[in-house]
Amino acid sequence: MTQTTERPTSGPPPTLARRGRGVLADRAFSATSLAAGLLVLAILAFILFTTVREAWPAFRVSGLSFVTSPEWIPNDPDGDGPRQPHYGVLAFIFGTAVTSVISLVIAVPVAIGIALFLTELAPHRLRAPAVTVIDLLASVPSVVFGLWGIIVVAPNLVKVYAWLHGLFEPVPGLRSLFGEPVSSGRSFMTAGIIVAIMILPIITSITREVFATVPAADKHAALALGATTWEMIKGAVFPHSFGGMVGAVMLGLGRAMGETIAVALTIGAAVQIVPNVFASGNALPAVIVQNFGESGGDFRAALIGCGVVLFVITVVVNYVARTVVRRAEVRMKGAGA
Amino acid sequence: MKRSVLTRGVVVGVALVALAVAGCGNDTPSNNPSGGGAGNEFTALSGSIKGSGASFPDAYYQKAIEEFLNVATNADVTYKAIGSGAGKKEFGSGLTDFAGTDSTVKDTDGVATGSYIYIPTVAAPITVSYNVSGVDGLKLSPETLGKIFGRTIKKWNDPAIVADNSGVTLPDKNITVVHRSDGSGTTNNFTRYLVAAGGSGWTLGSGDTVAWPADTQAGEKNTGVAQLIKQSDGSIGYVDFADAKESGLKFAALRNKDGQFVEASLAGATAALEGAEVKDDLTYNPLNAAGAATYPITAPTYILVKPSYTDAAKGKLVKGFVKWILTEGQALAEGANYAKLPTTLQQKAVTTLETISAA
Repeated sequence: MTQTTERPTSGPPPTLARRGRGVLADRAFSATSLAAGLLVLAILAFILFTTVREAWPAFRVSGLSFVTSPEWIPNDPDGDGPRQPHYGVLAFIFGTAVTSVISLVIAVPVAIGIALFLTELAPHRLRAPAVTVIDLLASVPSVVFGLWGIIVVAPNLVKVYAWLHGLFEPVPGLRSLFGEPVSSGRSFMTAGIIVAIMILPIITSITREVFATVPAADKHAALALGATTWEMIKGAVFPHSFGGMVGAVMLGLGRAMGETIAVALTIGAAVQIVPNVFASGNALPAVIVQNFGESGGDFRAALIGCGVVLFVITVVVNYVARTVVRRAEVRMKGAGA
Repeated sequence: MKRSVLTRGVVVGVALVALAVAGCGNDTPSNNPSGGGAGNEFTALSGSIKGSGASFPDAYYQKAIEEFLNVATNADVTYKAIGSGAGKKEFGSGLTDFAGTDSTVKDTDGVATGSYIYIPTVAAPITVSYNVSGVDGLKLSPETLGKIFGRTIKKWNDPAIVADNSGVTLPDKNITVVHRSDGSGTTNNFTRYLVAAGGSGWTLGSGDTVAWPADTQAGEKNTGVAQLIKQSDGSIGYVDFADAKESGLKFAALRNKDGQFVEASLAGATAALEGAEVKDDLTYNPLNAAGAATYPITAPTYILVKPSYTDAAKGKLVKGFVKWILTEGQALAEGANYAKLPTTLQQKAVTTLETISAA
């Protein structure tokens, strides 16, 4: 005996037909979130627009050679003569790039190692204190790192640089990379080492969070199939966390490129493009902080132009990173990722 | 549960007590009015004024402010050393009541023509400090100096340096040139001297910063340059007199316009001021000045004041403070390693100061 259920012929019961208070709150919430998102875009656009406007005199004077020329002549060298100030920031782009690359080369393996140790290998009781200590490193101000760099690190590292220089002297390719160290020790390498210490906490903490989200089932499955710990990490942890790791490295890179005071003090303030990592150089944010107070007119516009160049480089690097992450995730998880 | 609440309360209580003790700490010096008669016209001053600018005379201005406030007990004066360029900008925007500057006002400085008056205050030598083991009493002619800093001469035993220093054995060592990494009025004055007297060896012009060759070293501020000179043997650089003395550096004796080798000293600086030509607006150029005892790299410094102040109390205080610097404050200069103004210039400055209207 089946019972027939009647289709309701009238509309929904009265209690459902009335608009709930929730709808208004819902709409307000989506409007606020949209506004917040648009506000961020608006601020970015506003920063770009106003800095380009302030830097325009320098761009007009130098044209495209502002970013392609290594010549930086901030004053008028011969009074009324033919030579004029010229603002070319290629040497500073080079300095920022070299320092950032050195800091990533040092910090990323160490950060991944610390994150792996904390998530896979360390006893549970050790995790919280270790995390606290690493976050303490992030709370040291940049200027303290800079002072420590020029007073302690740079003078003591000169001997190490000289030894490395002697070690690589007979090797033709590496001889120019590890050239004659500058006697004050303030160089791309010293700045890179200090910045590596500064970006270590942020890369470590994000990588650690990402490793913690790997499903235990994947890890147990790998171990059950007979994988060693390293094989389990390579097979279960890394593929799952690749996107997050690249994101963490990009955040570290962003911080490294923008690091100002520590780099300004330890990089040696010389305008040159050389392959020697033990030589002095200069970086975009460093040159701004060194000269802005006493600048005026076209020189001030050129310094703001350095800021614009740094802004554009950071945006481009972030965009490329996101594309890399997207492609990798599609490859590892399929197009539905 | 109870124990953790108690410890939490103890921690909070200790923190609050610590904050209260820190907040109660009185860091302003107690103002004891010093002896009566001389300070009478200043004791009546009141209000507060702000100034900013050059870091070159900062050590002197801070001392002068401290002593002035002991006399003018109801007044308050602050001076922040942010650099001549930034100081002029703040003065031009009306953010400060006076500015300190080592350089004259240019079009790009943001100060409107006619809105300022120069008052010279003190001067000091810029030393050419060096650190070469076994060498004392180094003498340098301006042409050699230009070639050293222009990197045409690269070794200490170069014939040009040997020619300036008969009887001194100079080592076969590389010269490390140290300069400023930040823009600075000290660099401006030093390079202006090299343009005036350095001859063909100096081709980089003058300015708050110049395109230094890449094989030189750079330090942050005068103290940074002094530190770099101290730590490497065979280095030479330019440091202002006060910082060079404090760091215990050796300075070179430079040949002045009259052909005499003079070491950096306050007497040499005052002689340079006496030998300098003073323009109508009270700016003067003591670099490479004439006179047998002049030290050729002497840097002037000025205070910019407004020709008239709308706020009467501020105007009177600015006039009083600057007058104090020009009168009783000059005696403090030597103790702070600055040279005081020669009498003629000082009298001109006081006369010009009186033209400021504060109504």
